[in-house]
Amino acid sequence: MTPPIGEKHVMVPPAITFGQPHAFPGKLIVVEGIDGSGKSTQLLLLQKWLESQGHNVFFTEWNSSDLVKETTRKGKKSKSLTPTTFSLLHATDFASRLYHHILPPLKAGMIVLADRYAYTAFARDAVRGVSRGWVRKLYSFAIRPDLAFYFKVPIEVAIDRLLGGTRGQFKYYEAGMDMGISQDVKESFRVFQSRILSEYDKIVDEYGLTVMDATKEIEEQQDDMRAVATRALEQYKPKRGGYGKRASVFWRRFGVSQSK
Amino acid sequence: MAKGRRYFGDGLAYLNPSDLKGRLIAIEGTDGVGRSSHIEMLQEWLEVQGYGVITTGWTRSNLMSKAIEMAKQGNILDRWSFSLLYATDFADRLEHQIIPALRSGFIVLADRYIYTAFARDTVRSGDQAWIRNVFGFALVPDLVCYLRIDTDTLALRVLESKGMNFWESGMDMKFGADLYDSFKKYQSLLIEEFDKMAEEFHFEVVDARKPPEEIQEALRAKIQPLLRNERRLAPKQAVAAGAESDRAATPTPDS
Repeated sequence: MTPPIGEKHVMVPPAITFGQPHAFPGKLIVVEGIDGSGKSTQLLLLQKWLESQGHNVFFTEWNSSDLVKETTRKGKKSKSLTPTTFSLLHATDFASRLYHHILPPLKAGMIVLADRYAYTAFARDAVRGVSRGWVRKLYSFAIRPDLAFYFKVPIEVAIDRLLGGTRGQFKYYEAGMDMGISQDVKESFRVFQSRILSEYDKIVDEYGLTVMDATKEIEEQQDDMRAVATRALEQYKPKRGGYGKRASVFWRRFGVSQSK
Repeated sequence: MAKGRRYFGDGLAYLNPSDLKGRLIAIEGTDGVGRSSHIEMLQEWLEVQGYGVITTGWTRSNLMSKAIEMAKQGNILDRWSFSLLYATDFADRLEHQIIPALRSGFIVLADRYIYTAFARDTVRSGDQAWIRNVFGFALVPDLVCYLRIDTDTLALRVLESKGMNFWESGMDMKFGADLYDSFKKYQSLLIEEFDKMAEEFHFEVVDARKPPEEIQEALRAKIQPLLRNERRLAPKQAVAAGAESDRAATPTPDS
């Protein structure tokens, strides 16, 4: 969307930073973890539960904006992406989604669920050889999530899940094949994702992510996740899009009884 | 200046820039100031002298040019995506064009450089720090020539040639009631930023209100010292100090 017509140009630095909690009425919950950690499954189940509780939920996932999805796909296909352009493309995608998909529902008081967040970039890009300091500065416009789950899983479990599960194979960039670690995709995946795992371990401490044992049974993990989410949402007051004062006056005038 | 090539900020952690021996020359200045035609003339001038030259221009990367075109036609631009699209384009050109060319000893003429991104982002956000951090992977050029103009002259020149367009008028920011007002306001803010950066980053300033021949003359005069420098430094082993004054001279035998 183009910016609203007539909006005044105000020269102020952006008020939101990664460093501080946001002040929006909504809540932002994110999941992190390597491929095969089961994070997407868990997030889906959390969404079902939140919706069953009557919450308005908005879901967004990594690398899905219309703005750069096509470019990323082409760049990956032609294998012309460098660690830096790879990183910048994902940051562009993230910026676009933050602006269009994450901030509006947060401002409207909804619960936003994000499958992967900036931490994914911190982990992956560092392993690809991009400066850790730089990628953090790159994402400094991101807002801090209210709750960030990290699904911790041993590399062998992840590999078994990916090979035995629905996917059945590894993707080129997910296996880090661009890094020339090994010609063997499985071996490359093992080495690349192991490095990402140790990068995640540092990030968990740095940003205080909530670590989940991703080797447990699906429903056990989900129980844990819901318990943590319940505590995080204690202060959350959902907006029901109800009727303001002026509106009640309006309805009374016309003798219409309001729905609650 | 040529020794110790360095990054603007954090840099590309996986690439040591010290062996990039060519020359990186950026031509900066606001929209419609005549950068591209001067770069064409400079390229001709340098190639006649026997230098290898490549030119690289804003939004011209293989990776991003289409995406940027699409984004401009539509809708999608918040401040961060706007700047990050250009940063991605720049990174792609840096790693696939500029760095390989410098490594092979080419002179790279860049039509716009990171300072354009700084000016545009700062005008839109009032914040300098983030955009400068983003472009921390860029190489510091050997020379930045800033074609400086005033908005009145610029407005006439742009109207006479191709006319004012939406983005060059900063219409996304609604700086003014119509294209003309917005153009004047937006461009004056950009020029203000360029002026500040000219001091901070030691640009060579060229008066772009002058006739094209004089501008070209001035640009060549700024670039010339960099070339002599190169002739002196490049063949480290052989060429004696006396050979530099005459390019046709055979290397003197003492070494």
